[in-house]
Amino acid sequence: MVPAMPPVVHLRNAVALTGRFPALAGVDLAVEPGSVVVLEGSNGAGKTSVLRACAGLLAVTSGAIEVLGCNLRADRTAVRRRVGMLGHAAALYDDLTVVESVRFAVRAAGGDLAGLDAVLDRLELSGRLRRTAVGRLSAGQRRRVDLAALVARRPELWLLDEPHASLDAAGRDLVDAVIRDAAAGGATVLVASHELQAVVPLADQVVTLAGGRVADCWSPAGADVGVRTGVTNVASAGAVGVVPAGVPGGVAGVPGGVAGVPGGVAGGVTRVAQAGAAGGVPAGVAVPVGVAAPDLVTPTTDAAAATVPGAPAPAVTCEAVTCEAVSALPASALPGTDAHVA
Amino acid sequence: MWRDAMLVAGKDLRIELRSRVVLHQVVPFAALVLLLFAFALGPDRKALAAAAAGLFWVAVLFVTVLAVQRSAALESAPGARDTLRLSGLDPAGVFLGKAVAVVLELVVLEVLLGAGAVVLYGSTVHSYPELVVSAVVGTVGLGAAGTLYGSLTAGLRVRETLMPFLLLPVAAPVLLAGTRLWQAALGTGSSGPGVTGSGSWLTVLAVFAVVYVGLGVLVFGPVQEAS
Repeated sequence: MVPAMPPVVHLRNAVALTGRFPALAGVDLAVEPGSVVVLEGSNGAGKTSVLRACAGLLAVTSGAIEVLGCNLRADRTAVRRRVGMLGHAAALYDDLTVVESVRFAVRAAGGDLAGLDAVLDRLELSGRLRRTAVGRLSAGQRRRVDLAALVARRPELWLLDEPHASLDAAGRDLVDAVIRDAAAGGATVLVASHELQAVVPLADQVVTLAGGRVADCWSPAGADVGVRTGVTNVASAGAVGVVPAGVPGGVAGVPGGVAGVPGGVAGGVTRVAQAGAAGGVPAGVAVPVGVAAPDLVTPTTDAAAATVPGAPAPAVTCEAVTCEAVSALPASALPGTDAHVA
Repeated sequence: MWRDAMLVAGKDLRIELRSRVVLHQVVPFAALVLLLFAFALGPDRKALAAAAAGLFWVAVLFVTVLAVQRSAALESAPGARDTLRLSGLDPAGVFLGKAVAVVLELVVLEVLLGAGAVVLYGSTVHSYPELVVSAVVGTVGLGAAGTLYGSLTAGLRVRETLMPFLLLPVAAPVLLAGTRLWQAALGTGSSGPGVTGSGSWLTVLAVFAVVYVGLGVLVFGPVQEAS
């Protein structure tokens, strides 16, 4: 039997302070080698703080943090050369040219300059742009230079903070391809993003942060049909509706069923529980689904009425669902659909 | 450590060559300081020549403040402060690299200042070796101290005003020893050429340089992490 590889990132009840404010208030997180993990959550939820803690830029003051086998509470700088971070602001010097910037980053990390030209070509930074000072580039081009430095360094752990920010459609596709390639090459990728429709298709695991803690985690693998087919406009919080029978495909058993989105749930990929879903999920088992807003209609059935506050026991219940519960749902229960299981 | 130092020094000097801040701003400032001192002391060439050594080192302190602030500003841009920390470079190497870049810039400025002092103040050089050695050793100390205090104040909103406030008093030994040695080299000291105790003053400069280079190598990492 092959022993399980230790997590690349392992936080146990990690607490980190910025001033007196707890940026991380007891985070538990384990990231497997070679996986792509998306961190989502509202502003101030702790996404960037998790990335900075993993890079050793933010001190964890209690709990435990191990990154690439190094105890960062003992030595925050131990993993710096093995970690690459793409932050909010481009980490570049305005007076250096594109090629000088990338070369400096690679040489600083003790990397090999042999593949530099190929990386610049891939990030569409060749030709005249190579010799252009970074200060003269647009925000999107600066983002590409930052990314090129990361790709050329080939770190073992990639920490990407809003990697799609400032990029055009081609640039965003490029970022997606780079992330896929990094994971395929054995690197582990942590992505903090608000743009779930862009990053969830890349993810092996999605971690929801709230108030400096992990509120939820789920695996979209085999269950993110809706996201992959372009459903981006999920029902807003507080919406209640019936998934009509005419929804193409539909989650097995959903047409005619009821989906309710609890008030207070943040936007983005919204979870609602669907009782009685077919395809091997017995009635009463909580199953998370996200329903595109246009697919919700005003509830008119008794079951729908049950979702109205104050009504009798609802036919649809909204519950926090663990990753384990999600994985219990067989992929066969999820034909191509506009409503998606999250 | 030295590989990292050369990498950082090369980066800072390349940026300086591109931006030409030293050439376009610091050199004119230094020339202005020499000229204003000359105006303040009047047309008495004897008085100017006697004060030349001290005026030169005061001007050097002023341009050190500017060069160090410029060096620290390179790493103060959003995102740039994390660049060096995340780069994996040895903090001691980063310190040495930034200090080397500042020292080289100051050496160029001192050559211009020295020539200006000789021309404007009518000084005559009696001992070039003493002049050069004292300038180089003193500049190494100033570059190291400046880089250290520049990094200490880098993360603060009041860094522009706090850094000179911290650096200038600390640099007093360099001003004192450098002036005495230059007085001896220019033959303007109270004892004339070959001031007694020149070796002692050079020792002061050397100790200052060694202390701040050593201190920087040791504490730059923790300072970088804390700021």
